[in-house]
Amino acid sequence: MINVSDLTKYYGVNCAVENITFTAKKGEILGFLGPNGAGKTTIMRILTGYMPPTSGKASVGGFDVIDQSLEVRKLVGYLPETVPLYQDMRVFDYLKFMAELRHVSDVEEKVDIVLEQVGMVERSESFISKLSKGMRQRVGLAQALIHQPEVLILDEPTIGLDPAQIIEVRKLIQEIGKEKTVLLSTHILSEAQQVCDRVMIINKGHIVAEDTPEHLQTRMVGSRRVTVRVAGETTPAIAVINKIPGILSVKLTDNDSIQFENPADKDLRPLVAKALIKARIDLLELSSRGVKLEDVFLQLTRDEPQELSPREVKDELLAEEPAGINKNEKEGK
Amino acid sequence: MRNIWIIAKKEYISFYHSPIAYVIGVVTFLTLGIFFWLQIDFAMQTQQFVPDIRNILDILIFPLLFLSVPVLTMRAISDENRTGTLELIMTAPVRDWELIAGKWLGTYLFFLTIIALTWIYPFVLNFMVDPGIDQSLLTANYLGLSLLTAAMTAIGILLSSLFKNQIAALLASLGVLIILWIISAPAQLMQGVGANLLRHLSITDHYYETFRYGIVDLKDIIYYLSMTVLALFLGTRAVESRRWR
Repeated sequence: MINVSDLTKYYGVNCAVENITFTAKKGEILGFLGPNGAGKTTIMRILTGYMPPTSGKASVGGFDVIDQSLEVRKLVGYLPETVPLYQDMRVFDYLKFMAELRHVSDVEEKVDIVLEQVGMVERSESFISKLSKGMRQRVGLAQALIHQPEVLILDEPTIGLDPAQIIEVRKLIQEIGKEKTVLLSTHILSEAQQVCDRVMIINKGHIVAEDTPEHLQTRMVGSRRVTVRVAGETTPAIAVINKIPGILSVKLTDNDSIQFENPADKDLRPLVAKALIKARIDLLELSSRGVKLEDVFLQLTRDEPQELSPREVKDELLAEEPAGINKNEKEGK
Repeated sequence: MRNIWIIAKKEYISFYHSPIAYVIGVVTFLTLGIFFWLQIDFAMQTQQFVPDIRNILDILIFPLLFLSVPVLTMRAISDENRTGTLELIMTAPVRDWELIAGKWLGTYLFFLTIIALTWIYPFVLNFMVDPGIDQSLLTANYLGLSLLTAAMTAIGILLSSLFKNQIAALLASLGVLIILWIISAPAQLMQGVGANLLRHLSITDHYYETFRYGIVDLKDIIYYLSMTVLALFLGTRAVESRRWR
């Protein structure tokens, strides 16, 4: 449904996105993850026909975003990040105006349907300026849904909503995503994990990782990190843990606790506990923490991993050494 | 065409929710009413002077329209730009020129409503003077006034599309309108092609020297229409500029 190849956009001399390539199928929810200024909004603006790319190609539903911009716009429903609304209009009139602009038939009926979908029926006669931020967000979402678009592009759709509304909106997005294509950007990693079929991590205008959330997560769980604290000297304890077969790496952390990497398929904690007690070392703490998507995200967006392919970046994350060291080694070879 | 009408309709209706539009309406009719009354009163007392509706329309043009056109057009595009609603409209299947034309049409229709309501003065005056007022002169005046307002509104829309700040748009369009008004003044001291050119450029001369005297000249109509189209064309280019910025 969405085909993007080698998309590059410069604002003056500043590069916003460079050589972005990806596709999104019908019935797929694709999530853009990335820090502010990563280029997520730029990609969305290009796909919605708001502005053309500097180079590269993008098409939606087979229509080129530059040459057949109007056709593309008919297919796409868009919620910009700033949720632009006419403050002096009533909710119903605003949605009616947007529906008319999109040449929807049975305008009032369609407005009622989207008001129902976003749970704003009671406030349809309210002036938009009198609405709370969460309500405005929902009106913005209603506007994007009004013409039942084939492709829905949502820039930070759950920002400013309360937890109950977030759950509702996510459900709604998932419902729509069953038949339509949804492209959404978010800062909230758990949201990407829950809602999206596929996640793209974008940083400084480049795609640094792309995979299904499950896949990313499974790969990350592969490096479950376990923290051990013992009474007294740590050196003998490290020696004991090092001898246990299957342990990936052991190191001493700053606060005098020992950390080791546990393989995904096997939990070595009982073995470690038994070995330490057998060596007469007093065990104070043994806790496990799976690598969260947050860690992946921070690591990917902190360094400058754009020289690496997404696969390399993931491998790098799974490696024992910090990302920077590993990268230098690879470059050295 | 349909998009133009949808945008124009929204724009027109929005003036009825705008306090600024009401203030302009009240000030306009209060000012014109006072001048109308003064004129009738003066004519009745002196018995030497026939009340002329053109004196009222002159006041309507300056200062009323010269001030209210920049005020009512300043928000048109600049506000859409500032609040981001431009992004919403430009990602709907609407062409850039349709947005500009719709904005212009909606605002112009609002001014036409005000202008149409001023018809009350000649209507009343018609019963007060004998043998009534010259209807063809009146029609020419109103035709000229409508064309002048069309061009002025288009200029206001153009300047609104160039600024994100409403006040900047207001001052710029006020400045441009005043320049286009006084541009023919130096022509009185000049001779030749330059003087003619300046006279042709003046936005008010095309009204004051012809329509005001009941003369409907095709070249004046073409001037106003081409000014309108040119301003709307440039406004469209300004909106399009986001594509190559």
